[in-house]
Amino acid sequence: MQSQAKPLGDIAGGIAPVPIENRKGVGRRADSLFSVVAALSGSLVLLILAFMVLSTTNTALPIFRAEGISFVTSSDWHPANGDYGILAFIYGTLVTSAIALVIAVPISLGIAIYLVEVAPRWIKGPITYLVDLLAAVPSVVYGLWGVFVLLPLFLQPAAELLSSVLGFIPIFAGPPSGLSYFGAGVVLAVMIVPIISALSREIIQTVPDDDRYAAYALGATRWEMIRGAVLPRGRAGIVGAVMLGLGRALGETIAVALLVGSATTINTSVVRPGYSMAAVIANQFQEASGDHIKALVAVGVVLFAITIIVNIGARLIVWRMAD
Amino acid sequence: MNLEINSSRPSARRLWTNRVATAGMAVAVALALIPVGLILYYITKNGLAAMSWGFLTEPTPFTFRRPGGGFLNGLIGTAIMVALATAASVPLGILAAIYLEEYGKRGWLAQLVRFFSDVMTGVPSVFVGLFVYTAFVLPFGFGAIMGAGALAIIMLPIVIRSAEEMLKLVPLELKHASFALGASKSQTVLRVVLPSALPGITTGVLLAVARAAGETAPLILTALGSLKVTTALIGEPISALPLLIFDGARNPFAAGQERAWAGALELLALVLIFTLLARIVAARSKISR
Repeated sequence: MQSQAKPLGDIAGGIAPVPIENRKGVGRRADSLFSVVAALSGSLVLLILAFMVLSTTNTALPIFRAEGISFVTSSDWHPANGDYGILAFIYGTLVTSAIALVIAVPISLGIAIYLVEVAPRWIKGPITYLVDLLAAVPSVVYGLWGVFVLLPLFLQPAAELLSSVLGFIPIFAGPPSGLSYFGAGVVLAVMIVPIISALSREIIQTVPDDDRYAAYALGATRWEMIRGAVLPRGRAGIVGAVMLGLGRALGETIAVALLVGSATTINTSVVRPGYSMAAVIANQFQEASGDHIKALVAVGVVLFAITIIVNIGARLIVWRMAD
Repeated sequence: MNLEINSSRPSARRLWTNRVATAGMAVAVALALIPVGLILYYITKNGLAAMSWGFLTEPTPFTFRRPGGGFLNGLIGTAIMVALATAASVPLGILAAIYLEEYGKRGWLAQLVRFFSDVMTGVPSVFVGLFVYTAFVLPFGFGAIMGAGALAIIMLPIVIRSAEEMLKLVPLELKHASFALGASKSQTVLRVVLPSALPGITTGVLLAVARAAGETAPLILTALGSLKVTTALIGEPISALPLLIFDGARNPFAAGQERAWAGALELLALVLIFTLLARIVAARSKISR
């Protein structure tokens, strides 16, 4: 990090009695015009965000009014009858994201720790590059690959294995399907691994070497050093990284739309089909009209509210770490 | 506590824990690399099998059943919408970054803009699509401008934050030299600071373009998709590569799925070219991450 720039006026003031910023003339007017234009562009982000919330909420308002609290507490989604309860979609969003985290967090942390603490120098670059490549793949490509490659190759057999071994537990009860919360969760995990691992790697790198030497000096093995010195130091930042990955998983649309199985009811078993908020918007929008579209917008508003809370929380944690 | 000073090595159990942990990390890396290999392999294999000159130069046939044809309508749509989104978001994003780094600094407005730019990168892209739909598609109809607007909103915070990082890295001496020659602040920013940060900013812009080119969900709600090759900016729906891949992946017919694979290869190639360009520009510039 470079140190913060000193205001130029102070520096110039030390040399010349007249601060540079007080100059008069054409240049000064162009200056203030430019600064106003720049400030307006900066504020644009805030205006867009506010406009986003207002416009969508306004369109969704009739649905919120008509359904009341049952919009989020009922899982009765029958657009033909005018029933709009989205609990099944909220449930699906949370379950698929939770599955993604359960799989992605240990893998991402393993990669991050390996790259910083263990990997020989020559292998770091290639691994980092390949994992970053996962972040560049568009979600529709993940979806296509998930449906036609991963589903027969891994998701369906894994779902069948899960339900035959652990089927006595309700959350793994059959009949198993690869197009399910589980299938969507696995593909989501692949998508968020590069996000969580890249951020955790940056955080682990900021742990000072002195902490590592101190742990080694006390006789710690490398793993004991990582557990005792590195992870506690980076904990808050890693939590922030995981929450950013969660934010991405909650809002991910196309890959989930293709893999979640599109069932509008709640299934307690993760190897059964379900739906997510983002997926229902993408899948039903083109055939929807009238109130149905407004209800999909309302689904988006709830999704936005959930992701914004997760994101603000994550950013606050990461920002506090950076200060 | 009982310290064993005479034992120079950690106990066998502690050594084994260490080995198991190291092996666990290697497994984690392997588990992440397997999907990389599977994706690259199958997209290349299935994509090449369906790829042809006709695929690149012909529009999509009217039924998924019919073989042949291609995604020219999507390629043109993607090119138009990404170009428009870049033209809108890059100047605004760079100006906003200049405001944050050169004017707002640590002031409350700048901090607020910084925070919400970060938050905005986490807003689900499908929600951005819903916003453009409710605010602009409902009154004016589907079209390239609407899709480009949604993509621009997605690109804007990425451009702002990466450009700000690059502006931060411009050496203070350069600014001082410019001021010492009598340049005003805006002259300094536009003719000294910006040019020296430009390669780094270009990297961020290329990554944002790669991200926008792969977006599907917001385009469903704004561009809608079309089988016609069109260059109209407003008034009629337009297609995009991701939209056609999504449709191909959802349909049960082999011909449609083959086109989806070829489209995925085309899209992935485009995205990776932009990502690679970003890396090359970053590696060549002095001021970059």
